[in-house]
Amino acid sequence: MMRKKVVLFATAALGGLCILIALVGIATPAAAESPRERFFEIHAKRFDYTPGTIQVNQGDKVTVRLISEDVSHGLYLDGYEIKTSAHPGEEGTLTFVADKTGRYTFRCATTCGEFHPYMVGYLNVEPNSRLWIFALLTVGVALCSAVIVLR
Amino acid sequence: MIETKDKLFGVVDLNARFELTKFKPVRAILKSRWMPLLPILLNLFIFVIILLAAFTGGYSAGNYNFGIMIVWILWWVLLMMMLVPGLSRAWCMMCPFPIFSDWAQRTKLFDVKTGKLGGLNFKWPKKLSNMWVMNIAFLVTTFFSGFMTVMPFATFILLGIIILGAFIVGLVFEKRTFCLYLCPVSGFQGLYSQFATVEVRRKDWDICKNHNPKTCFVGNENGYGCPWLRTPFDFQKNTYCGMCLECLKTCPYDNMAINLRPPGVDLLVETKREPKGLDEAWKAFIMLGIAIVFYLAFQGPWGFFKDMVRGATLPGYLGYIAFHATFNLLIIPGVFFVFAYLSKRLSGNTDVSLKTIFTNFAYTLIPMGLGVWMGFSVGILLPNGSYILRVLSDPFAWGWNLFGTAQIPWTPVLTGVMGYLQGAILIVFFAFAVGYGWLLAKQIYADAKQAKRGFVPILTFLTLITLVFLWLFVG
Ligand code: SF4
Ligand code: SF4
Ligand SMILES: [Cu+2]
Repeated sequence: MMRKKVVLFATAALGGLCILIALVGIATPAAAESPRERFFEIHAKRFDYTPGTIQVNQGDKVTVRLISEDVSHGLYLDGYEIKTSAHPGEEGTLTFVADKTGRYTFRCATTCGEFHPYMVGYLNVEPNSRLWIFALLTVGVALCSAVIVLR
Repeated sequence: MIETKDKLFGVVDLNARFELTKFKPVRAILKSRWMPLLPILLNLFIFVIILLAAFTGGYSAGNYNFGIMIVWILWWVLLMMMLVPGLSRAWCMMCPFPIFSDWAQRTKLFDVKTGKLGGLNFKWPKKLSNMWVMNIAFLVTTFFSGFMTVMPFATFILLGIIILGAFIVGLVFEKRTFCLYLCPVSGFQGLYSQFATVEVRRKDWDICKNHNPKTCFVGNENGYGCPWLRTPFDFQKNTYCGMCLECLKTCPYDNMAINLRPPGVDLLVETKREPKGLDEAWKAFIMLGIAIVFYLAFQGPWGFFKDMVRGATLPGYLGYIAFHATFNLLIIPGVFFVFAYLSKRLSGNTDVSLKTIFTNFAYTLIPMGLGVWMGFSVGILLPNGSYILRVLSDPFAWGWNLFGTAQIPWTPVLTGVMGYLQGAILIVFFAFAVGYGWLLAKQIYADAKQAKRGFVPILTFLTLITLVFLWLFVG
């Protein structure tokens, strides 16, 4: 009986801790590493980007060259709400400071064919605190419900 | 209603009901034969425009097509985010697809035809009176989603098949057989409406007990006997109630009601007449699996998968179909089976069958799946909702500007908080799944100790699924 109590208590504490860390995480902005300048060359063709995912750190100054390999394409960056476009033989550029952390989708902004609405890529701005906050919350909820049920 | 003393999260009384039809004007409106005819006619009008726009849109890129945008952004998102979780099968209430078959059977659009209905009136085979045909039909429909959601003409064909199918099946089989067992959009509505916060139910059994013949089932001069073949006087879950409002009209004692209720109470219903079944379990697996595959294909950055889904090459397309079918029909159920098996082993129970454990716990995937689809829908609506404003003003791309919104450029909104929204929705519905998982555990295992131990694997499974979708949405 004693052992069961200890296990339950430990689980509850762990669950509570997860939720606590998550909540603190929401409130505190992550400390950025020293920012760098980053250059990316993104090639667009119907209906994807190469590379499809680009990774930077919070605070980095990011420059993207958008090069079209077939028809005209665009690039709209979720969250940052900026865009550029590229036409065959004419590239587009986008420069921004990656101050918002998390994963943001970038989408084609120039109708380029039937799959155009699904032409997307990802920008990962580390640290992805959003993911960790929600994952910790999930695990916290799970552990706490386990304790509530098993007690 | 099945009395249960269990409370959701230990606090929500699952027997709580608030009768919306206790207000006289509400009941009067719902008893009028204009309801639901009026909304049906309105939707008929909208769908005629959709069909025309989808037909004339041909194979062009669909992101400025009225048919594509209204069906796949507005309609689908409304269904998943509001209609089904809030109002159960409210869509079926106002759905225009079966109006021609109703008309043919009844020979009347407005008034009530008493006596035998027209058509051949065959009975649908007992063996197929479940979700299996719809499960397969829906899965097969999603093989083509790479075309339907982007090519206007493909959407036209899909809607055409549904409308024509409803008509032909209505001529051969009785009443709403098509809606009950065949319509591709019926299955997930039926499944997820079990979570809905609204229900049509009878009030007082004592009144029904002594009422013969039961006019809600056989019909009278005020309305038809339940077109969805329910027994309104004692049915227990929303799955197959089309909310057509006939039973409100045919009950001479106003003993049928529309209630507000806590979400999800039907998940616990298990009666002889409405047992929990493998067909509904598989529907839940399929819906969950499709959400994963769709996310990878349509909201992920993997171009090779997009090429497979849109049929850039035949082998690639066949590969997609094979993967999609296996993933939904075998892999997801297989993984779930492992956890159901662990549940049985851990519980130490020997008299409940593994099949019962597997089936009953699968109902936790109803809140889980709804949350997943809501998150998915947010990811469609916020970036692409602005297309709707545009096509409303110029439905046929003829240069019209009906509402002055035809020139609005494509403008994603709130994309910065989208991930937070999706994560929050996911966690709320995860909590519902866990809450009901525990109640189901107590229902499955009579012994409290067994229930506790048997619940742990299911809790683990739900946690893992939530983490997978978190990774998809914000990872
Ligand atoms: S008509 Fe009304 S009272 Fe009669 S059986 Fe139906 S619900 Fe009960
Ligand atoms: S008549 Fe049948 S389908 Fe229509 S609302 Fe009543 S129970 Fe539901
Ligand atoms: Cu493009």
